[in-house]
Amino acid sequence: MPARSKRSAKSRPSATAARPAARPVTPNTKARKVYMVTGGVTKFAKAHPAMDFRLMVKRAYDYALKGIPNLTNDRIDGTRISYFSDHFSRQLKAASMVQDYLGMNPKGSVRIEWGGATGGECFQAAYEAVASGRMDVCLGAGYETMSRVATWKGNEFIALASDTNFDFPLGGFYTGYYALMVVRHIYEYLRKGKFAHVKDEREAQRLAIAEGCRIMSLVSVKNHRNALHNPYAQYPKRSTVQDVLNSEMISYPLTRDQICTMSDGAAVVIFCDEARAKEFTDKPVRIIGVGTGTDTMRLADRPFGKVPLMPKERASDYDELAYPGIHSFRAGRAAGLEAYKMAGITDPNTQLDFIELHDAYASSEIQTYEDLGLCRYGEGYDFAERGDPFLRGIDYGFPVPKAGAIPVNPSGGLIACGHPVGATGLMQGVFAFWQLQGTIAKHFGDPTLQIRDAQRGAIHSHAGTGSAVTVSILERGFR
Amino acid sequence: MRPRPPTFTKFRDVQAELDKSGAAIFRDADSVESLIIRYPYSINYIHSYAEDSAFFLALADGKLKGSRCRRPKCRFVYATPRGHCMVCGAPTEWIDLPTTGRIHSWTTCHFGSEAFLKETPYNLIMVEFEGAGSLLLARLKDAVESELYVGMPVKAVFDPNPKYSITDVWFVPDR
Repeated sequence: MPARSKRSAKSRPSATAARPAARPVTPNTKARKVYMVTGGVTKFAKAHPAMDFRLMVKRAYDYALKGIPNLTNDRIDGTRISYFSDHFSRQLKAASMVQDYLGMNPKGSVRIEWGGATGGECFQAAYEAVASGRMDVCLGAGYETMSRVATWKGNEFIALASDTNFDFPLGGFYTGYYALMVVRHIYEYLRKGKFAHVKDEREAQRLAIAEGCRIMSLVSVKNHRNALHNPYAQYPKRSTVQDVLNSEMISYPLTRDQICTMSDGAAVVIFCDEARAKEFTDKPVRIIGVGTGTDTMRLADRPFGKVPLMPKERASDYDELAYPGIHSFRAGRAAGLEAYKMAGITDPNTQLDFIELHDAYASSEIQTYEDLGLCRYGEGYDFAERGDPFLRGIDYGFPVPKAGAIPVNPSGGLIACGHPVGATGLMQGVFAFWQLQGTIAKHFGDPTLQIRDAQRGAIHSHAGTGSAVTVSILERGFR
Repeated sequence: MRPRPPTFTKFRDVQAELDKSGAAIFRDADSVESLIIRYPYSINYIHSYAEDSAFFLALADGKLKGSRCRRPKCRFVYATPRGHCMVCGAPTEWIDLPTTGRIHSWTTCHFGSEAFLKETPYNLIMVEFEGAGSLLLARLKDAVESELYVGMPVKAVFDPNPKYSITDVWFVPDR
């Protein structure tokens, strides 16, 4: 069957019509240096009935200002405010009410929305406001209140972010879409890889899926156990691989513990230029790279072309691969390439000390290792199993020989922290900021997750089935 | 005076009360009380299929339509039709798709959006067609999870009572 599949891939006109996915980007050397000087997060929770979105953002904002006496409302030049869906609170133009509640009027503001990547886009919009010189100090704030509708209604709202002509009416369900993607990912890389020797096609596919699920469960355990040391996380848990596999089947092969939850929460970041950064903090963090990428809204339209290569990869690595198909996130690769180029990163595994990435599903964490070039396409499962993305010094209940090589989601990620969409990408920014400041112990009340001497980290925010992805790279801005 | 709504310390009890009376008070761990009400919302959209219309009209006639780029040097074939070519931007023309194909990927949904919960479990498949450069998302009926695999031959079935929805076509195993 793989032979047939390969043949049909070659017969596709798209194979000849393929375009390189990543556009060449020349970093703008005229951009001003941008520093993050503080951030704040509310605890992410299933529901915060006692706080509406305005109060949640206010709490996160007040936390960010704490301890910086000369950073007050009048020093903020303007804001960028993000939330994903008007449906969740049935309040349109809600960002205006946040602006209003924070006392920011009449400063400039705009609402940012880009699906699941909303928070990451807000992070970059606030960056751009300062980099362009339009503002000296910009507040990026985001939130989501998803508890205001029942869980399955919430899933419906999220699924409305898929094509309502062709996709949604079939049973519009994002977990279903990601399941379709990972079944193909497993087919491409485990069926045709580790299980290539198995002659019976259906048996081979079953074995490959079982193996894929086992390895996805390692990722789920990692993120849940990391979160035991993060007081902001919604869903910390000392789980085991068996727990994850035994948790409720949502959309085969994805089980409940491999999927993030809906959440209420808010997060804010404050960016400024170099001169003001020194005024506000002796531990600023510089944003040295930003990248974005997109892909088709419908999975059905994804091309079967060539892989845009990372510095360490060669075209011959992927002779047999039709890319991205529905198995990989081309937008993630494009965003990573752009951000790496701007930041001068040629080897993310050695030049980055950690990554906070968008693990809405344990499967997408593994797919994203490959998109971001932490390993080649097809090596994501081995990469997880070897332990590279795990933290040293945490007991996961199984061996992780290479733990600490490049920790991924030390905070617990979306799977364990929760995913209040408009806040999520900013939450990653705040956790990355504290890592690079070396202040995790102060903010978490627990030093376990602090990566020693972290100099540089990346954050990665991702919209529905990889239709948009942002990657931002942060670097310690002090000695 | 209307009596104060009942107070609960569990959020799920609040939800149950809203279904009953429409109002409840939630008291959190810090003893903060929030008044919570039921707030219904429904709407009928005047939804136009616009440039995709011919596809849905064809489904009602028991036909599966794709589209093909008109530009001679491109001729990209879309299994999910697009009015304009994604590769070169030229307009496309309608073509008949085969009614048989193969499973490119699959899943069985045991949960779903609220609108589809009552239909669970259901299978979603991505179908690949000979000669087409893109795929089609569809339901697969008459087969259970353990029977599905990548490469499985499938054929289209059309709803004899079409509702002008993508659900007017589904697939079954082509045994």
